[in-house]
Amino acid sequence: MADLKVQIIQQLNLQEVKPEDIENDQPLFKEGLGLDSIDALELIVLLQQHHNVRIANPEDGPEIFYSVRTMAEYITAEKSKQG
Amino acid sequence: MSEQVWIAGGDVICGTGLNLAACLDAFEKMQPGMGAMQHLRSAHANTFPVAEVKAGNDELAAMAGMPAHWSRTALLSMIAAQAAWNSTGLGAVSNYRVGLVSANTVGGMDKTEHFMETYLQDTATGRLREVVHHECGSITELVADALGVRHHVSTISTACSSGANALMYGARMIRAGMLDAVIAGGTDALTRFTLNGFNTLMILDQQKCRPFDDTRTGLNLGEGAGYVVLVSDRLAEQTTAWCRLSGFANANDAYHQTASSPEGTGNFIAMQGALNMAGVQPADIGYINLHGTGTQNNDSSEGLAIVRLFNGHYPPVSSTKSFTGHTLGASGGIEAVFSAYALRHGIIYPNAQFTTPMKELPFAPVTTFSRGNALRHVMSNSFGFGGNCSSLVFSE
Amino acid sequence: MKAFIQGTGSISAQDSTVFPATIREYEGNRLPVADPDYKQWIDIRQIRRMGRVIKMGVGASHISLQDAGLTMPDAIITGTAYGCLADTGVFLNKLVTQQEDMLTPTAFIQSTHNTVAGQIALMLGCHGYNNTFVHGAFSLENALQDGLLLLQEDPARKVLAGALDEITEYSHTILSRFGLYKNAHTQQLLRSGTPGTMAGEGAAFFVLGAEKNARSKAELTGVEMIYRPASAEETAGHIAGFLQRHGLQPADIDLLLTGRNGDVRGDAYYDNIETTLFAGRPVAAFKHFCGEYPTAAAFGMWMAVQALHTGQVPAAAMFKGHAPATLKRVLIWNHQHATHHSLILLTAC
Repeated sequence: MADLKVQIIQQLNLQEVKPEDIENDQPLFKEGLGLDSIDALELIVLLQQHHNVRIANPEDGPEIFYSVRTMAEYITAEKSKQG
Repeated sequence: MSEQVWIAGGDVICGTGLNLAACLDAFEKMQPGMGAMQHLRSAHANTFPVAEVKAGNDELAAMAGMPAHWSRTALLSMIAAQAAWNSTGLGAVSNYRVGLVSANTVGGMDKTEHFMETYLQDTATGRLREVVHHECGSITELVADALGVRHHVSTISTACSSGANALMYGARMIRAGMLDAVIAGGTDALTRFTLNGFNTLMILDQQKCRPFDDTRTGLNLGEGAGYVVLVSDRLAEQTTAWCRLSGFANANDAYHQTASSPEGTGNFIAMQGALNMAGVQPADIGYINLHGTGTQNNDSSEGLAIVRLFNGHYPPVSSTKSFTGHTLGASGGIEAVFSAYALRHGIIYPNAQFTTPMKELPFAPVTTFSRGNALRHVMSNSFGFGGNCSSLVFSE
Repeated sequence: MKAFIQGTGSISAQDSTVFPATIREYEGNRLPVADPDYKQWIDIRQIRRMGRVIKMGVGASHISLQDAGLTMPDAIITGTAYGCLADTGVFLNKLVTQQEDMLTPTAFIQSTHNTVAGQIALMLGCHGYNNTFVHGAFSLENALQDGLLLLQEDPARKVLAGALDEITEYSHTILSRFGLYKNAHTQQLLRSGTPGTMAGEGAAFFVLGAEKNARSKAELTGVEMIYRPASAEETAGHIAGFLQRHGLQPADIDLLLTGRNGDVRGDAYYDNIETTLFAGRPVAAFKHFCGEYPTAAAFGMWMAVQALHTGQVPAAAMFKGHAPATLKRVLIWNHQHATHHSLILLTAC
């Protein structure tokens, strides 16, 4: 999850945010890290680029991108499906 | 000064037809212009249908009387602007104080993206003639020069509402007595830049778009150009005007960079402002040409803003983007031509691909073409990125 | 049709907090913007997505609103020739190199020409009129004209109008290939006597109102554009006509501020009319402070408004004659490639 935090910070250009500032279960959107719908689209590409995991329906975004932990769990689950 | 601003004529070119007459025929026969790409070269050619103008650059260049290596955006603009001026029967442009206010969103990007393929490998390469018309304003000038327009040239770029704002600016210059006539509208060719841009937003439909349908999943991009000729009271006496541009308003949604506010605040303010200027009530509007892109967010916002403003008195509505696709900077111009012509001839255009009403709306778009409707006032909506919302009202 | 300028803001190659007392000199073929700390105006959460030109535009607009003591304008109008070039370049680069695959939305969203006007509206929560002109060296002028029309239609309005353009590595390399630039020092640029100029960039905004108030710095008396004049005679005739429409003669202009940029090919045009129509009139210049770009007249206007407000023309700005002892009227005449001429008439108030 540490790697994922670095990737998120880079992809979204989160200036002045360090990986250790993001808690595993902290909400990424709105009151949490303050991300919005454009960030969700950026995160979809992040998963594709760094983890070879695709999200076809952007409406699944809020659930998958709730926190760093939910993102990591989604990646693991998709990877196991890919075998 | 001019009390009123009149529409003395207009014409279009788009994926539905090479001119207004061909588009009317396509509306009547329910033939939308979307299909597989024939002219744009893209990795997404087999994924996303587009509403391309059904002609290659050589053919368009011959129609426009321009070199085929110029941006397709300029070729489309010239064809529609020349036809629009000709439709007025006013004769030579040089006889009047004429302006050209044209909108576009990416200028000569079709050429620039080709240039970049070479340039990115070696910055000393790439043909400079491919970037010389990159700027949006340069496209307008190619057309102004070809038409002989010298009194005013300007270019507006407010994303998807650009064309409507061109009509507003032109009308205001006529009202202020600065010009006798303004050729106003917009142009945009399909480019990989915009196709890929909209794809990153995940709002392109892989089927034909379904505006104001509960099953809608996105928009189809289109291309084209559309211009009206706005004239002063004095010039209107020399021609048979279609109608008046009686009301218009521009507002900002100020909600999000790309998304519309859920309740359509900017849309509401624009529509209300246009009605106020025209001095009419919502119930006086006989037809609304919707912005209606087919995205979840856009149609819901526009629909709810209409519910709030029209409050039970819903006129027939439809999105002609279900035929033309979303032509971006051209859409406000193309739809202004459709709307003004509709008013003159009592036409209500159908909404193609419609099956299922939206749950949140008490009205649904019209699905059949009809003539002979008694229309006194017609509204045309254009809403875009950056919160830019514009609404126009045409009156008999 | 006129307006009072209630506030101005500029971000340019000069540090506007100390200009003209301290002038930054440059050597090379460009004058880059002296980036201020944009976080003083823009929230860190919003700044992370913004390209330089967006920050410049938003920053300059904030300075002008503060200067005018205005929190909410009724209209926001911008002019830009090139738009958001950096983001356009980023998206184009990825489009080509990644062959249309795995592209992200941020650069595309920020690349649209109306981004700055939209961002200002978003940050202020301003639902008013919002427009963006993208017409090369007429972009600023149309934004000003649109503002003047809005005030004529409704004098109660307060209009925020400005212009912005940026240099990027791509644009600079490509424009250099057209032979536009040369290496020079800003102190010698105007009298260099050779083809080519130095590139520039920047943003400047103005708050316009129909009524004079305690903050009013100058009057924007008129704006006109001349497109492709057939000859210098036609241009001179148009300038004389413009002054006449405002009840003035060339001799009534205390200072002619031209867009002279050190490129002999374009400066000859200024020479011609300076020595005929404006014979004996003091002439100043501004592009040795900000560089050449299609909306550079916005910097010239910012400088002229300061001069009218303080009554003093910076000595380093003077090109011909002496700085006038009393400054009532300034005419800014700028042209690009002799095809696009603009006239901005400012009056002390």
